[in-house]
Amino acid sequence: MKYYDKLVFELSQEGRTGFSLPVNKYPAAPELPAALRRESALNLPQVSEPDVVRHYTNLSQMNFGVDTGFYPLGSCTMKYNPKINEEIAAMPGFGGLHPLMEDSLVPGARKVYEEMNKALAAITGMHAFTFDPCAGAHGELTGLMIMRQYHLNRGDLARTKVIVPDSAHGTNPASAAVAGLEVVEVKSLENGRIDVEALKPLLGPDIAGIMMTNPNTLGLFETQIEEIAALVHGVGGLLYYDGANMNPLMGVVRPGDMGFDIMHLNLHKTFSTPHGGGGPGSGPVGVAKHLEGCIPAIKVSGFHGNFGVILRAYAYILSLGKDHLQKVGQFSVLGANYIKECLKDKYKLPIEGVCKHEFVFDGLINDGAHDDVPGATTLDVAKRLLDYGFHAPTIYFPLLFHQALMIEPTETESKETLDAFIEVMRKIADEAAQDPMILHDAPHNTPISRPDETTAARNPILKFQDTL
Amino acid sequence: MAQLSYLPQTEADVQAMLARIGVNKLEDLYSDVPAQFLHKGAYALPDALSEQEIRDYFASLEAMNARLKVFVGQGAYDHYTPSVIPYLCSRSEFLTAYTPYQCEISQGTLRYIFEYQSMMCELTGLDVSNASMYDGPTAAAEAMKMAIACARKKTRVLLSATLLPNVIAVVKTYAKFHGVEIGMIEADGGQTSLSALQAELAKDDVAGVIVPSVNRYGIVEDHSGFADAIHAEKGILVEYCDPSALAVVKTPAEWGADVAVGDGQPLGLPLCYGGPYVGFMTVKKEHMRKMPGRIVGQTTDKEGRRVFVLTLQAREQHIKREKATSNICSNESLMALWVTVYLSLMGPEGMKQVNKLSADGAHYLKAELLKTGQFEDVFPDKPFLKEFVLKYKGTGLKERLEKAGFFAALDTEEGYVSFCVTEKRTKEEIDRLVAAVKEG
Amino acid sequence: MSKIMEGLKYSESHEWVKVEGDVAVVGVSDFAQKEMGDITYVDMPEVDDEVTAGEEFGALESVKASSELIAPVSGTVVEVNSELEDTPEKVNEDAYGAWIIKVKMSDPAELDALMDAAAYKAAIGE
Repeated sequence: MKYYDKLVFELSQEGRTGFSLPVNKYPAAPELPAALRRESALNLPQVSEPDVVRHYTNLSQMNFGVDTGFYPLGSCTMKYNPKINEEIAAMPGFGGLHPLMEDSLVPGARKVYEEMNKALAAITGMHAFTFDPCAGAHGELTGLMIMRQYHLNRGDLARTKVIVPDSAHGTNPASAAVAGLEVVEVKSLENGRIDVEALKPLLGPDIAGIMMTNPNTLGLFETQIEEIAALVHGVGGLLYYDGANMNPLMGVVRPGDMGFDIMHLNLHKTFSTPHGGGGPGSGPVGVAKHLEGCIPAIKVSGFHGNFGVILRAYAYILSLGKDHLQKVGQFSVLGANYIKECLKDKYKLPIEGVCKHEFVFDGLINDGAHDDVPGATTLDVAKRLLDYGFHAPTIYFPLLFHQALMIEPTETESKETLDAFIEVMRKIADEAAQDPMILHDAPHNTPISRPDETTAARNPILKFQDTL
Repeated sequence: MAQLSYLPQTEADVQAMLARIGVNKLEDLYSDVPAQFLHKGAYALPDALSEQEIRDYFASLEAMNARLKVFVGQGAYDHYTPSVIPYLCSRSEFLTAYTPYQCEISQGTLRYIFEYQSMMCELTGLDVSNASMYDGPTAAAEAMKMAIACARKKTRVLLSATLLPNVIAVVKTYAKFHGVEIGMIEADGGQTSLSALQAELAKDDVAGVIVPSVNRYGIVEDHSGFADAIHAEKGILVEYCDPSALAVVKTPAEWGADVAVGDGQPLGLPLCYGGPYVGFMTVKKEHMRKMPGRIVGQTTDKEGRRVFVLTLQAREQHIKREKATSNICSNESLMALWVTVYLSLMGPEGMKQVNKLSADGAHYLKAELLKTGQFEDVFPDKPFLKEFVLKYKGTGLKERLEKAGFFAALDTEEGYVSFCVTEKRTKEEIDRLVAAVKEG
Repeated sequence: MSKIMEGLKYSESHEWVKVEGDVAVVGVSDFAQKEMGDITYVDMPEVDDEVTAGEEFGALESVKASSELIAPVSGTVVEVNSELEDTPEKVNEDAYGAWIIKVKMSDPAELDALMDAAAYKAAIGE
């Protein structure tokens, strides 16, 4: 990667154009009244088409993607993004469809939704899906709205709280707050799983339900799920499944069979659609049969959700079919356990035993702290990994472990890649033990070094115009 | 069954890894799952398809859909997508990248977001933009929540009845569950009524007001007096905008707005049956810390280089959890890149021309339709750009036009028919559409 | 080792109180600013806001964290340290000089529930 420092505004020259529009053959429409016209200048960049292409091509070369290298990001499922999916999403017979065209004009598009509904129901054990949510957090919000609507339909206004494990991803309590539910935290045991004894006193007629994921954010299967489901259902609450961790269950276990009533899926995780630097995603929400009636009241996006993303996911599902679905689950778990076993002598493994698709280390066993030199932290390990051409794992999440390093390899990585990653992680651990300063100063081999985030937050510069 | 090309593991690889883990077979890796949950038998899915079968199958689905010339807007506009955009946005370093948390290897993503933020501020005239939201309607819902957060003790948000129906529906859904009361401001003569707004404000419980810059009838609204009336009651003014039109209509900043939201889809994103689109939000500087969404900021690295990072993260869910400004995590980053490349190509001159071609075409179509004698002009003296509504004196117009190859004359809730013309339509197409109307 | 100033009252959540008549001047201890690291923003209430002892009245933010500020006493906010809006780092530089809010106390007896310097020193284990 090469450091390229231009911003497109800096390539601008008065009078340069980069567009090509047809000649205007119409009679001129009357001008807008002066009171309604834009007054201020529109200082967008004036650049030619070649400038634009070169600029964004150079920008892209300062970026790392899954196509570039390994992304062991726990809870993100950075698997390979198939290219046939891109071709299909770009077909003009889909791209040219206006969202307000009635169903009879777009039977091909409607068929995609129907068949996706069937396929996702088969994979998850849920009954019906809504495809409106545009991301996982959006799906969580939608699912919680459905949960509340269910209780409202029953005439039960007392259900104001939702239980969330202390290991939960931040979007869980945040979504609950947006949905108007009060969050009640349930503690985890030392083995990382929900403490069922701590759960019992929290249950009552004010509980709308519980939000959880299985495997949980530590990559551990919640073995008590049957008991948890019975307890929550016993007080009339619902179970919500955060599908971010669905990958290890593909072809092996179905959330619907475990007693979950509502769930969301992340198509941009489990179902291979590209992450795009932070979206677009898609977070379809599935419900058990008794909740299907709650869906129509919940309108959370402008049209039909992210159709382009749904197309890609459906192509992926068709490539898996019934035949390859199970390998996705099994190989994702195989890779995670393999890395765990190969590195647990160098990194602290707080919870022993078989994991699912991801697992957490709690920092280095030997961080090299001595005299005045502080030990290498998880942040330092992450930055040093960048020097070796790997993206860092997820760091400082979940909050249960202060030096958390969460690793998820996914099923599309070869053993050679896993071995190379293991070798580098061992090397970094040895570097830390010898001289943690190498890690403190990392990265050295990237286009930029560590940024001054404190100044960025204290004196925010958030647009080009601020720098003029 | 067809093979799957995405799994690199050979049988030897699998055995070697199992051995290293210390188990005998793949099933042993699920020993922690209670046996009753392990799915037995095949899943109800079709057999795996090969890549060429997948391509053929989707081609057959594609062929089932009508291919019509689009003369409808109502929140999704058929503007032209320059070829450069999908070309650049399909670069895998952009497409397959994760969220730019590790900024040292994500400067590409961070820089285009910074450019996007700058451009949205330029279009709307306001001070700070976020890195994108899901779409226009959810951005409006977030603005509704922001108004409540800013206003302290005020519990109501007003929506103009001239906002698009889907914007109203989404904001109402969020409001219902968030415990916010929504009040509607009536229309008068095709635009939001100032006197109706003032009457609602007088009830002294209004945190914020959301009004459209260009409304559901295509009319460019006059918001003189709105900001003063709302600020006098300590509320915030939110303008819902078509960002493409902001090149030629009065900006939210010029109206004195606090927040601008809308959908960036008109900025070169394909219709794609409704998504992915891209919501935007810009705000006045004093509201910066209440704004939802990711934000990219400029700073320096250890060697003094200019670098970009995600900043002001303490507002977000991964830090504030249930106290966050929003639950938003993934947004529409790649579509923000789409918008950034579009605006870079178009520049100020291109944006003016897109609006002129669209408006001239729409005015031409409207005049020609009125000449047929089959329509009544609902709002004859109201200014519009690319979209307008008429009253049709007959029935079945939309179906007739469909048969002639046009998606047009969409029925509105009020019983009007809605038309939209963009620079992608030609005079020949308009003339053929009018001819089809006359034939009926 | 963090600095602890004599003559101040301290809460369990690391706020300090300096009593000036019926007004409580409130800030955070040196221990608190050290724990936070570089403070990037201080989220403060407005003048005339009511605060309640034991409840949140604002927050300290750093790049990667947010920490609630808990009111040590109840009352009405009479002054807010507006310097901290542009220079939040003052809390890092001088935790006892960088007061955050001044509260006209509604119930001065609440001060009795707070710790003195020695008790606070023991509480933070230094």
